[in-house]
Amino acid sequence: MEKFGFAILKERHIDYDANDKSIAEYIADHEPTFRLCIECGCCSATCTTGTFTRFSLRELQIFLKRGENEYVRENISKCMLCGKCILVCPRGVNTRNVITLAKQALQKTEINAV
Amino acid sequence: MWFNELSRPDKLRLQRGFFGRAFGRSLKEIFLESLIHRKILKANFRLGYMHMSLAFGWFLLILFGTIEADFFGEKHLNAPYKAIFFKFFNPEYGSSGFAAVYSFWMDLILAFILSGLLLAIIKRFSSKVVGMKKTTKLRILDKVALTSLWLIFPSRLIAESFTSGAYGTGSFLTGSLGSMLASFLPAKEFAYPFWWLYSLSLGVFFILLPLTRYMHIPSELFLIFARNSGIRTGDQSGAYKEMQTYSCSSCGICIDACQLNFSAGITNIQAAYLLKGLRNHENVNDIAYNCLMCGRCDQKCPVGIELTPIRMILRRAGETIPEKTNIWEKYFPDIQHIAPIRTNGVPSYSWLPKEKQVKAELLYFAGCMTHLTPAIKNSVIKIFDASGIKYHFIDADGGTCCGRPLMLAGQDKEARELINFNSELIWKSGAKTLVTSCPICYKVFSESYYLNIEVLHHTQFIKMLIEEDKLKLNFTRRKVTYHTPCDLGRGSGIYDEPKEVLSHVALLQKTAFDDENSLCCGGSLANMKINNKVRNSIARDAAAELTQCNPDILATSCPLCKKTLAAATDTRVADIAEIVAEAIAAPQVKEIKPGLLIRRRKPVTIL
Repeated sequence: MEKFGFAILKERHIDYDANDKSIAEYIADHEPTFRLCIECGCCSATCTTGTFTRFSLRELQIFLKRGENEYVRENISKCMLCGKCILVCPRGVNTRNVITLAKQALQKTEINAV
Repeated sequence: MWFNELSRPDKLRLQRGFFGRAFGRSLKEIFLESLIHRKILKANFRLGYMHMSLAFGWFLLILFGTIEADFFGEKHLNAPYKAIFFKFFNPEYGSSGFAAVYSFWMDLILAFILSGLLLAIIKRFSSKVVGMKKTTKLRILDKVALTSLWLIFPSRLIAESFTSGAYGTGSFLTGSLGSMLASFLPAKEFAYPFWWLYSLSLGVFFILLPLTRYMHIPSELFLIFARNSGIRTGDQSGAYKEMQTYSCSSCGICIDACQLNFSAGITNIQAAYLLKGLRNHENVNDIAYNCLMCGRCDQKCPVGIELTPIRMILRRAGETIPEKTNIWEKYFPDIQHIAPIRTNGVPSYSWLPKEKQVKAELLYFAGCMTHLTPAIKNSVIKIFDASGIKYHFIDADGGTCCGRPLMLAGQDKEARELINFNSELIWKSGAKTLVTSCPICYKVFSESYYLNIEVLHHTQFIKMLIEEDKLKLNFTRRKVTYHTPCDLGRGSGIYDEPKEVLSHVALLQKTAFDDENSLCCGGSLANMKINNKVRNSIARDAAAELTQCNPDILATSCPLCKKTLAAATDTRVADIAEIVAEAIAAPQVKEIKPGLLIRRRKPVTIL
């Protein structure tokens, strides 16, 4: 594409070679409702942390499913585990467990245990 | 071993517990609970009779058997085997005079034990015979020990009967059975193998005892002394928690009380299994997180094990690493080493903004869940305005979570950051009272926040307003039943104020599940593993019980309970604040201030 003079923006580029879906697989194995997410954004709308920061659970879900884990690693500890997202989720995703498992999986990848 | 691992203050407490009134209390508790099983008898007579017959009966057999051997034997202070196998060593004994009376008494005790044993055997196959829904699933070693325990008394019966038959002694049980058997069998020869069976089953039982749930017999005695000396479980793993782990008899009363069992069919995570997993050094992480933390099992445990604090310790510890143990380590287990949580030391919530300080006398903290149930929020505000109370709505724009959900997930350090943030806001406002709408927030404010101000749930505050005559209410003749939220009821001990407030405005009905027996709605934030379907089945069962008398309203005092129960029943579910707000007498209802309520939307114009 560069030959044609088009710039490739990093945010618009999904790199299948660099992405690592093992964390998403770990979460899906332990929490089956993880796969139900339709990324509607109700969780992010009601999020307590979302009133103070850019934290968005929907964004984290999308990154996890794509396999771009670095952003998730930096931001996942912002969640207060308050549980409002579970109450509003229209598909019944157990979001608190997804976040806890994501934290566990990220810690485990640091020691290559996933 | 356990004594050495107690902390120093606990060691001193235990030493003190062996003198004075605590000692008497311990002995009394050992008699009433370990032998007679009074708590189980009160809750469920047949189950209590079954446990009592074995425990108390065996105790009596040993006690009177020892007296028998000392009193009637050749010399005093005999070796234990003389007492255990008395009839074997003294077969001609017991035909006349005082000896016959004594024989009668010993036979009576044996009959007592055998009646309970019959119940126990039937219970293994059909637990309905003692009124329990399910019985504990046992491991192989437990089953072997159980079989040998069950063989002890029947083999004693048959052995004594054969001996009595051969010598013409024995009383109503052994004598009659013995003469019946002796009439068609060579009694003297047949007695011998049954005495051997008695001896072997006793031996196997006592050898396997430390490896099975029957370790509860000696552990419970230790536990009772420790508890009456004032030792409690605390926040970290320790010797007292180990004592409690081994004191669990796997009786199954906690399984029966657990709603995950009878409403959702989940039967591998109850407290008995958690403690069994700990005793067998397994990874109990998944079991620890799969619990509503409603406190029903804790309240019903006859041994008085602090089940909820123990589960919290395991949640704090994160994943426990399973250890492989050899048989020597099983007999002398080391205290379980729980891997501490790995944190990187970086504060997680330093991005919380510095809020503008507002001074107020009374603060209202709605809580995360209350914001999702605006009817409750608006009703409380309406009540404040009608009573003319000056208040500051501290989290009107959303606010920070109180921190308890993090604590329930075992993340104490992160929770502490949120607690510090909120505490600062509360201190700097100079308030004397904090009113909250959510029992989860109430519990954490009362227990984990260091505030020396009065913390009230909104039902307690409404009661105060009624008593001080600041709030005039109409009496609506509607039938209501009250669902006690777990964190407010068993969690904080507040049962009466909400019911008094409700009785003031409506006809409160009694249900089978009131006060400490109340059911959990299933919405619990403490359970990290179950999905919405399971929660809904728990909620439906709970709502069905509470609406059996067909009330007009199912009242509750927790926004999470309200949301969970409303999805499970057709009856109207309302918070106490809503019922009270609707009942405010006309002159007091003030204009509702705009801005604090639901955003008013312009009607949608079609075309």
